[in-house]
Amino acid sequence: MEKIPILKLGDLLLVSIQVDMHDRLALALQDDLTGQVVKHKARGVLIDISALEIVDSFIGRMLSNIAAMTRTLGAETVVVGMRPAVAITIVELGMALNDVHTALNVEKGIALLESLIREREAVEAHEGPQP
Amino acid sequence: MKVLSHETLPLRQPEDVVLVRNKVRNWMQEEGYRLIAQTRLATAVSELARNALDYGGGGVARLEKVQNGSREGIRVVIEDRGPGIADVEQAMRDGYTTGSGMGLGLGGARRLVDEFEIWSQPGQGTRVTIVQWR
Repeated sequence: MEKIPILKLGDLLLVSIQVDMHDRLALALQDDLTGQVVKHKARGVLIDISALEIVDSFIGRMLSNIAAMTRTLGAETVVVGMRPAVAITIVELGMALNDVHTALNVEKGIALLESLIREREAVEAHEGPQP
Repeated sequence: MKVLSHETLPLRQPEDVVLVRNKVRNWMQEEGYRLIAQTRLATAVSELARNALDYGGGGVARLEKVQNGSREGIRVVIEDRGPGIADVEQAMRDGYTTGSGMGLGLGGARRLVDEFEIWSQPGQGTRVTIVQWR
């Protein structure tokens, strides 16, 4: 079965979507990623969509879901590499993707992830150890 | 409106949605349409093809290169023989969904294209026709 590879780099997970996303593949990635976040105790997820020529409402919803699910599991998600034409159509479609952090490229995305993780760790330290 | 060439593709499984939207993009790329026009039409087609598959039980997509006077465009007709839509106006509204989606399919697709026409009859099916002009 086709599968989108998930790479582990320190406490980050990296995903680069290089294939056409049909709906089953998108759902499989969502399940896979949440499983891997737990397995590796990841603190951040970076998703590169620079190869995606279109993002429709289904893929948009998958990105939102991944961001929400990983956040619940203690990891931040940043989506990088969105093409300008994709950004325009996403907004015209009516998807705001407000809950998804984005960055221009992988480098900026990793910098953003690191600062989001630091913020989160500061909050966790302030709240004390979790039971 | 004159149809210069056409092709009909089935919509039976999720992979077909990808095939149809890629075909639309390829056609427009070959014909030299602007990238944003390609992206808009392919995205609209993706939404409508998924609707036909998820709610209409599958259907067909007919792709046409059309000409109206000196104007050229791409027309896509997506048709299913599913349960149809009882209240089309309501279904066009953002956020309206009977499924698990965000409810942006129909209304969103309409915003992306130059022309949008929907026909639906309960018990008979749904047909959406969209056009992007060059």
